[in-house]
Amino acid sequence: MKKQNFYIMLISSIVLAFGFINCGGDSGSGAGDSDAAQKVYVAPGHYDEFYAFMSGGFSGQVSVYGLPSGRLFKVIPVFSQNPETGYGYTQETRPMLNTSFGEIPWDDAHHPELSQTDGVPDGRWLFINGNNTPRVARLDLSTFETVEILEIPNSAGNHGSPFVTENNEYVVASTRFSIPIPQKDVSISSYKENFKGTLSFIKVNPESGEMAIAFQILVPGFNYDLAHSGKNVSHGWAFFTSYNSEQANSLLEINASRNDKDFIAAVNWKAAEKFIAEGKGNSVPAEYMHNIFNEETHLATSEKKNSVLILNPEDCPGLIYYLPTPKSPHGVDVDPSGEYIVAGGKLATVIPVHSFSKMLKAIENKDFIGEVNTIPILKYEAVNAGEVENPGLGPLHTEFDGNGYAYTSAFISSEIVKWKLGTWEVVDRIPTYYSIGHLMIPGGDSKKPWGKYVVALNKITKDRYLPTGPELCQSAQLIDISGEKMKLLLDFPTIGEPHYAQAIPAELLIKKQKKIYELEHNKNPYGIKSENETRVERKGNVVHIYMSATRTHFKPDNIEGIKVGDIVHFHVTNLEQDWDIPHGFAVKGAQTSELLIMPGRTMTLTWQPKKIGVYPFYCTDFCSALHQEMQGYARVSEKNSKIEISYN
Amino acid sequence: MKKLVITIPIFLIIFWACGGGEEKSSDNGNDAFKQKVADKFGLTLFELDNGIGPIKEKMTMPDQIDLIKAKSGEEIFTIKCSQCHKLDERYTGPALGDVTSVRSHEYIMNMILNPEEMTKKHPEAKKMLATYANQMTFQNVTQDDALNILEYLRSVNK
Repeated sequence: MKKQNFYIMLISSIVLAFGFINCGGDSGSGAGDSDAAQKVYVAPGHYDEFYAFMSGGFSGQVSVYGLPSGRLFKVIPVFSQNPETGYGYTQETRPMLNTSFGEIPWDDAHHPELSQTDGVPDGRWLFINGNNTPRVARLDLSTFETVEILEIPNSAGNHGSPFVTENNEYVVASTRFSIPIPQKDVSISSYKENFKGTLSFIKVNPESGEMAIAFQILVPGFNYDLAHSGKNVSHGWAFFTSYNSEQANSLLEINASRNDKDFIAAVNWKAAEKFIAEGKGNSVPAEYMHNIFNEETHLATSEKKNSVLILNPEDCPGLIYYLPTPKSPHGVDVDPSGEYIVAGGKLATVIPVHSFSKMLKAIENKDFIGEVNTIPILKYEAVNAGEVENPGLGPLHTEFDGNGYAYTSAFISSEIVKWKLGTWEVVDRIPTYYSIGHLMIPGGDSKKPWGKYVVALNKITKDRYLPTGPELCQSAQLIDISGEKMKLLLDFPTIGEPHYAQAIPAELLIKKQKKIYELEHNKNPYGIKSENETRVERKGNVVHIYMSATRTHFKPDNIEGIKVGDIVHFHVTNLEQDWDIPHGFAVKGAQTSELLIMPGRTMTLTWQPKKIGVYPFYCTDFCSALHQEMQGYARVSEKNSKIEISYN
Repeated sequence: MKKLVITIPIFLIIFWACGGGEEKSSDNGNDAFKQKVADKFGLTLFELDNGIGPIKEKMTMPDQIDLIKAKSGEEIFTIKCSQCHKLDERYTGPALGDVTSVRSHEYIMNMILNPEEMTKKHPEAKKMLATYANQMTFQNVTQDDALNILEYLRSVNK
């Protein structure tokens, strides 16, 4: 026995020794601290400190993680259909994905943004942009569901979106791709003449959260890439980066990188309100859809809108100014005080930081070096507060810890660079694995960051995880910023490509979680309140089945009299009234997704049986010990059969 | 081996306690024995007879049934309970036509208002869970709703 132990120890020591040598030899795991595990360990049954909301990128969804554990809780369907829940497949939710181009089952979701009260995330709603077919969605954080999607007309590549002002007065959105506005059939080479961008300001109803486009500003045809709104002293302004001030329409990698400086567009939205009041806006025809999910009827509706108010800078002097910014800037981030406007000049060798107060002074002194389409260009030296030297290669985005430091992601050199506001000196840097895009500190773009962690959102993982064929996961990395030096704590994979993210202390959301939909308030036209109301009705070749689901049966569970060629709607109401008892519903051969029905909710699965026979249906979500008994049959007869509808 | 030795007595205690609970629950005479049973389950004597939950003392209810309350209770019962409980047939859960003869009023109230804890801690409710294999859930009713349901159940107990 003792001898065996000795050998085990010996072998272990050798393995350990090799391990150490190996770690020393390569670039290392990056995990600096021996107590990293302790810092991210959330004991079973215990809660994380923060909710993190990450964009699903080209999955079109939002994923919800816990920090510091990196555990995935939920993927919330937003712009893409989700067969797991029926979102985008059911009659109730399909209108959410309606656009002026018809139903679109997908988009590219980039930037989640929490609603704010007095400049601080308040946990009411989460906004996120659809980049490809321009849209902004609003998620309700008491249900973690998408409740509204607003299409943005006169836009393409809705990238600089959806960033909120201090009290959600506006959600802003800008066009990464300029296009003819209004759309027309012109030669692409007529870009400079015909292509324009827009900066959209979406009003948010302070009670209901409902969105409406207040106005759009027509701007020169650059690529308006990202945005952030002002806060504190700069409240009332919004800032948009632009590149391609060259207005190239082909081979942008070369042709849009010629100018030494592009611009940050600074928009005075309080002035915009004044110009609108003076009647300077033009209402122009524009076709776009506004989709809302009603929590009481459990039905989405899609309404067509027909016009939008446009402001032209030529008519509105003082509405907008250009701040020269080197060199194809990407992110634009405003520090918690609102004074500093940081640009991620992705091809620049420095991070330029503009001063809001200097900007105001420069505007007052008319320190202009020219104009574009009547928009004054301010003098760089007159607005610049400082430059961060040696910030890493390819600086993109900056977040703030609320303690006087800024953290900038550097894509090309794969690192986060920590620097001091005011002195602009780099004080620390940490490698990321690999090719970081956005980074996120909880509340890090608000007036009061919770500056404990920064999360790196990486585009490439290469060798970091077990390989999974040609497509590898993308990842997030949790970094402790509570001390002087940044410390890597944890890697975890993400859903789709994580672009931006937001996080909020868990305690702000836990207490407001909705647990059930109360049956008393179920206003779905096909909903039922009790088993007594279950029934089957035929109207021509349409069959409505008003069905209940409860542990551990459907009622009715035997249905006859359906015929080939019928359109059969299963309206299933989950009669449970307790938390965490969803029921699933699926029918053999139905060419759609299942339903996943939360307690008290009604959902509809539409089935068009094509062949005679007897078709089972069943509960797909393991609900109880007798879940396997939760099933039923639907009999389908010939088209001209005389069998009447019957059920029990 | 050691574990097994410890496990056997625990099993014995539980079985004995369960059996005892059933036998004696309607017998008011043997308080000392009931106290023993209650102790085994970590319950008070009141809880053994009347369940665990928001009802912590005996309620005073007139013998006369309040028909208005019973009517309201029937409506709530139809919406929130009838999918699992019928009056005179075993369904997802037990038939409730004579439940007011079998259980105390307070027990019924606590079962309606606090079913999860009941099926975890109370020997009788535990047994029901084992028999019906479905966790009874709280159906989002108020204490007044539960009183009305109780009144309805009293009215149907012939």
